[in-house]
Amino acid sequence: MEYTAPETVKAAVALLAKAKGSAYVLAGGSDLLVRMKGGFIEPDLVVDIKRIKAMREVKKTATGFSIGAAVPCAALGENKALVKAWPGVVEAANLIGSKQIQGRCTITGNLCNAGPAADSVPALVAAGAKAVIQGPKGKRVVPVEQVPVGPGKTSLKKGELVESIQLPARKPRSGDAYLRFIPRSEMDIAVVSAGVNLSLDAKGVVTDARVSLGAVAPTVLLVPAAAKALIGSKLDDAALEKLGAAASAACRPIDDKRGTIEFRTKVAAVLAKRAAKIAYARAGGK
Amino acid sequence: MALLVSTTINGDHVEFACEPDETLLDALRNRVGLTGVKEGCGTGDCGACSVQIDGRLVCSCLVLGAEAEGREIETVEGMADGATLHPLQQKFLEHAALQCGVCTPGFLIAAKALLEKNPDPSEEEIRFGLAGNLCRCTGYDKIVRAVQDAAKEMRGA
Ligand SMILES: Cc1cc2nc3c(=O)[nH]c(=O)nc-3n(C[C@H](O)[C@H](O)[C@H](O)COP(=O)(O)OP(=O)(O)OC[C@H]3O[C@@H](n4cnc5c(N)ncnc54)[C@H](O)[C@@H]3O)c2cc1C
Ligand code: FES
Ligand code: FES
Repeated sequence: MEYTAPETVKAAVALLAKAKGSAYVLAGGSDLLVRMKGGFIEPDLVVDIKRIKAMREVKKTATGFSIGAAVPCAALGENKALVKAWPGVVEAANLIGSKQIQGRCTITGNLCNAGPAADSVPALVAAGAKAVIQGPKGKRVVPVEQVPVGPGKTSLKKGELVESIQLPARKPRSGDAYLRFIPRSEMDIAVVSAGVNLSLDAKGVVTDARVSLGAVAPTVLLVPAAAKALIGSKLDDAALEKLGAAASAACRPIDDKRGTIEFRTKVAAVLAKRAAKIAYARAGGK
Repeated sequence: MALLVSTTINGDHVEFACEPDETLLDALRNRVGLTGVKEGCGTGDCGACSVQIDGRLVCSCLVLGAEAEGREIETVEGMADGATLHPLQQKFLEHAALQCGVCTPGFLIAAKALLEKNPDPSEEEIRFGLAGNLCRCTGYDKIVRAVQDAAKEMRGA
């Protein structure tokens, strides 16, 4: 195996593009090193992106926030402006593993690892986040939900890497939230999870919403029907019931020791409703 | 081909050679001779291998030795000031917060990192802050008491 730590995005792309054999980006390594040591992968080349200065920054931009691909999740929780604008995204990122894991892991790694139960991904999908991808043919920007295409599989082509995650600017009266179900209180993989992001008008009526679900399908799901149930409502019981029904209807979960199909389908509705209430309160709704 | 890594460990400049796929945990133990870092699981679950890199708490079993280049690493060996133990170390002894001791270096570093960010944590914050460290002997209660007591002393209270 060869280890390299380039200092520019361009150099990283060039290394990945010309690599013979298997090449992997190394961000926090909390998935990659576990897989390497478990013998699941044998990389010929590892490209560490943490020496790329531009990738280590969280920037407030004219269009929202830009989170560099090498920023550890712990740093997101320390960024007050980001916590204020996107509390749901930050709480999801800070549910990943332990303090030790959060000192290393990145939301981009969480996304590119393409796990159906990845914690930060539903929150990013609900937020309408975009991934900025750099590759041999230049830059492209895609909604984050288009990056994972199946368990462990992404739509990234050879030589491509994610440079940053872009979060949109916040309208007034907006809020987001993320909840997961785990049998323990920490350090566990989501059995079901839900993200909700919404905006209100001055009267507290939901004008925009995005709802996502994790661990109930091969990839994290964006559920437009669930969002539609909220739009035009003040989150009354009827709207919440419709939201729950739409969330359950979208589930295509597996049956395993962590949760049955029935359990996951039911809990998806519960979590979507609870997350919607938290997001609504954060947006200033009563 | 072995890589030459130049880094700072507990304030001292250190150079070591390691393989590209060698973890920082193995490099610290086998190349540098710092055996305070322990391997419990090797998969990021137990925290016995905890160190700080540029002030951030991490599992050294999930870091490559090569990544240490130019960084500042802190391990349990750097906590005491000569013969004077760090307040956390002292309180772990006083509260009998260890039995076999395998988890202790990791708990000490994780608790140090916690108190650097939050000098006056609640019991819940301590338990969540140390959730990445496993102990099979103490049942955690004595560890939590030791951290609370050390935090109090460090605040000068
Ligand atoms: C003890 C432990 C507990 C965990 N708990 C959780 C949990 O609660 N919730 C959860 O969701 N996950 C959990 N994880 C999994 C893991 O920590 C997360 O998925 C994490 O976000 C991965 O980020 P990373 O930066 O460490 O990724 P890495 O391991 O560096 O990379 C992951 C994958 O993405 C690729 N990649 C990384 N960055 C890029 C990029 N910029 N462009 C293209 N490809 C890239 C890598 O090549 C690799 O294939 C846990 C892991 C451990 C070891
Ligand atoms: S040995 Fe690193 S976390 Fe267990
Ligand atoms: S004292 Fe033995 S594992 Fe903690």
